[in-house]
Amino acid sequence: MVGGFGVPGTPFCLIDELVRRNSRRLTLIKNDANEAGMGVDHLLRNGQVERLIVSHIGLNPHAIELMNAGRLAVEFCAQGILAERIRAAGAGLLGLLTDIGVETLLAQGKPVYQVDGRSCLLETPLRADVALIHAQRADPFGNLTYAASARNFSPLMAMAAKTVIVETEELVGLGDIAPEAIHTPGPFVDHVVPLGELTEAYGVVRR
Amino acid sequence: MSSADSNRFLRRASRELRPGLTVNLGIGLPTLLVDYLESGFPVCLHSENGIAGQGPAVPYERADRNLIDAGGAYVSTLPGTSFFDSATSFALVRGGRLDLTILGALQVAGNGDLANWTIPGRFTPGVGGGMELAQKARRVVVLCTHRDKRGQSKLVSQCSLPLTAPACVDRIYTEMAVIDITPEGMVLREIAEEHGIDEVVAATEAPLLIHENEIGRF
Repeated sequence: MVGGFGVPGTPFCLIDELVRRNSRRLTLIKNDANEAGMGVDHLLRNGQVERLIVSHIGLNPHAIELMNAGRLAVEFCAQGILAERIRAAGAGLLGLLTDIGVETLLAQGKPVYQVDGRSCLLETPLRADVALIHAQRADPFGNLTYAASARNFSPLMAMAAKTVIVETEELVGLGDIAPEAIHTPGPFVDHVVPLGELTEAYGVVRR
Repeated sequence: MSSADSNRFLRRASRELRPGLTVNLGIGLPTLLVDYLESGFPVCLHSENGIAGQGPAVPYERADRNLIDAGGAYVSTLPGTSFFDSATSFALVRGGRLDLTILGALQVAGNGDLANWTIPGRFTPGVGGGMELAQKARRVVVLCTHRDKRGQSKLVSQCSLPLTAPACVDRIYTEMAVIDITPEGMVLREIAEEHGIDEVVAATEAPLLIHENEIGRF
């Protein structure tokens, strides 16, 4: 799974490394597919992704093209339910019940239960082998903070993978992040990579 | 739709944004409503990617690379803005703290069914946060053109497109009319100055209840 919602929070350097390593037949869990030619689209172009679990790919026509051509399996999930499925995995839960999507296409194939007389769907947890996360600051214990709207799915994904790898804009000393300012506590994090100067990919996108 | 039409119905719809409400504006026409508010208007804008109290959009020169809204536009903070993760963002929606959402539509049915996320085979970008907004906001308002690009009415007896959420819409604003969804079906409340009731009826595929003496103009 890969953090980020659009550019903010997307770990571009870690994605580039995954492209370089050429790992194949990946299932990719991300809110969106970035934009054509950016971020996880490099994994799609390199044919590394077999299956995509997302809420939205509207900003990446290339991903839509692959999906329509039958070359990429895409599972759409309501955005907040995607977040909760990831959170559930991280929290060690075996599923969640929700009425979101009842009587829609997204209910297809999902078991239906009655709770207090209301129909709801069983949504399964989403756990990954690896989570790739972008942080604004990290310390050597793996405590993380995220900037502004770059937080999005990252704290949830940082709880929901066997191995959690973080790239950080700034690596600070232990104690340099105030305890109450930490967004992801260190015990969830396995590896931290300090970034050098940020590449253009992290910058403002002019459309 | 001329830009004058567009301006007037957007201005009318912007009156939905009352002081003190927490509001999510969908991508497209709904986002434009903030342009009709006076600066400093006390409404709390929510964005799915984890912002409450979102500030106005900013030009590229002043953009913060880490601060976008759910549509990808660069936005700003205000005194009181908060950031949070995606689970918290949708807890706000599903938990009943979102007072109002204003969404676009492909079709709305007389019973309030909304279809706005897919045209199978032609348009499949994914649902994003649309289902949760439509199903759980305390008030759901649709802002759309009265007809689609092919001239077909978007206000229909029954949606032929896959639903975003069943029976969720409270009110519809188009360039021609303001229409409420009631237990009896669609009720015409207001019409635009340059249109007659007959034109609105002709452009509306769903049955429209009309109380002639009570219809306002905008």
